[in-house]
Amino acid sequence: MTPELRRPLPRTWWLRKQSYLFFMIRELTSLAVLAYAILIITAIWTAAGDGSFTTFFDFLKSTTSVITHVGLLILALVHTFTWIALTPKVMVLWQDDEQVEPDVIAGANGVIFLLISGAVLWVVLG
Amino acid sequence: MDVAEAVFEVHRYLPEQEAEPRFQEYEITYQDNWVVLDALNYIKDEIDSTLSFRWSCRMGICGSCGMMVNGEPKLTCESFVKEYDTETIKIEPLAHFPVIRDVVINMDDFMEKLPTVSPWLIPEEELPIEDGEFLQTPAQVAHYNRFSMCINCMLCYSACPVYGLDSSFTGPAALALAERYNLDSRDSGMGARADVITAHEGIWECTYVGECTEVCPKGVDPAGAIQMLKLSYALDWAKSLVMPRGSRS
Amino acid sequence: MTSKPDRTAPLLWLLFAAGGTASAMLLPALVFLTGVAVPAGWVSEDRLRSLLGNPLTLLFLVGIVFAFLFHWAHRFRYALVDLGWGGLGRQGWVFYGIALAGTTLAALAALSNLD
Repeated sequence: MTPELRRPLPRTWWLRKQSYLFFMIRELTSLAVLAYAILIITAIWTAAGDGSFTTFFDFLKSTTSVITHVGLLILALVHTFTWIALTPKVMVLWQDDEQVEPDVIAGANGVIFLLISGAVLWVVLG
Repeated sequence: MDVAEAVFEVHRYLPEQEAEPRFQEYEITYQDNWVVLDALNYIKDEIDSTLSFRWSCRMGICGSCGMMVNGEPKLTCESFVKEYDTETIKIEPLAHFPVIRDVVINMDDFMEKLPTVSPWLIPEEELPIEDGEFLQTPAQVAHYNRFSMCINCMLCYSACPVYGLDSSFTGPAALALAERYNLDSRDSGMGARADVITAHEGIWECTYVGECTEVCPKGVDPAGAIQMLKLSYALDWAKSLVMPRGSRS
Repeated sequence: MTSKPDRTAPLLWLLFAAGGTASAMLLPALVFLTGVAVPAGWVSEDRLRSLLGNPLTLLFLVGIVFAFLFHWAHRFRYALVDLGWGGLGRQGWVFYGIALAGTTLAALAALSNLD
């Protein structure tokens, strides 16, 4: 039996095609989710004390924080957009023998996103 | 009929003669309506009869002629030569499979995986023939129809990096086929198929890259099928916590 | 070839899905609040501190810390596998452990806020 040729996948496989690269970026948006969870923990933790919360609040007003937040916002929006776009794949709904248009499901989720975002902003800022 | 020139760079692997694979260039004149498979057959007939490749129906239904064309898994019978404007058109064996010779791959792994998902109807109870046929409304057919379109061409396995990294992954086509039966109103096999589907090498290894769906020539959407399976079996598990005897698995 | 079902996968996937949905819906607005509203002066320090002392807010925040961390843990460990670091990625307990630790931290901090 002649030997078969094996072609192992290189670790850089995701750099070879645009769709693979977008996939990896999409997955790594989870780091923004981690980062913000850490921020929330910090916020709660420092709010218990007095001085440390002022330090935390002042840090939020720093340039470092604003720039980091811009980066987080971009990653968060990539996550939101890609997540909502994929919801029709998991939530398949039927009207008799016709599938509900995926765009309708994604659109509905998009509206929910806007409503929830609005509610959060209203609760805190309003 | 218009004609034009094209250079094909074809992967050669002749293990009885050479230990290492190489590429061989073939310069041909092709007709405007040729597909890549036509060019390969021309090369084999007129230039180099030692070139080996699989093909059969030449109309996109048998699933035999899958190869990498300029790095993308394609059915060569559905890829028009004139669509490619690169200097050479690179033909390689389907990615993620061992190569037997030239562009012929070993598909044993795929063939072994298909039956493991029990791709046949498992009815609730075996009814006698005299009871007549199963009746199915158009709506019931629609629920599983697109997942039944698979022609076993394995392009999805070539596109899937999870399979490329770990060949023990059950893979897109096999899992989509499992969902085709799970969704069939005549079938009650969701529980019977659970062991294979919910093994780690089953649905849980999928990270929803989605390339399988992108390359599928029949619009099966295996990525969608796998996500639906994840939700179905996850909810089934959750239900089993509350109602131990109420689950289907 | 006998397959054995992965018994932890359904729960971990549901947590990932819940966290993914929660973060998809909430993260942009939250980032906007701490990243734009605070520096712009639309939220005062006292307002934020009082929010962080409110039991309902704290419950909500601990909940989303839980959801966010378990979403990250599941998604990131599989990303490591896809990046070729499967050795680490397959040690799920590392990542879910971090998520559990973070949630506990958040809960303890919240409780101390309520004193």
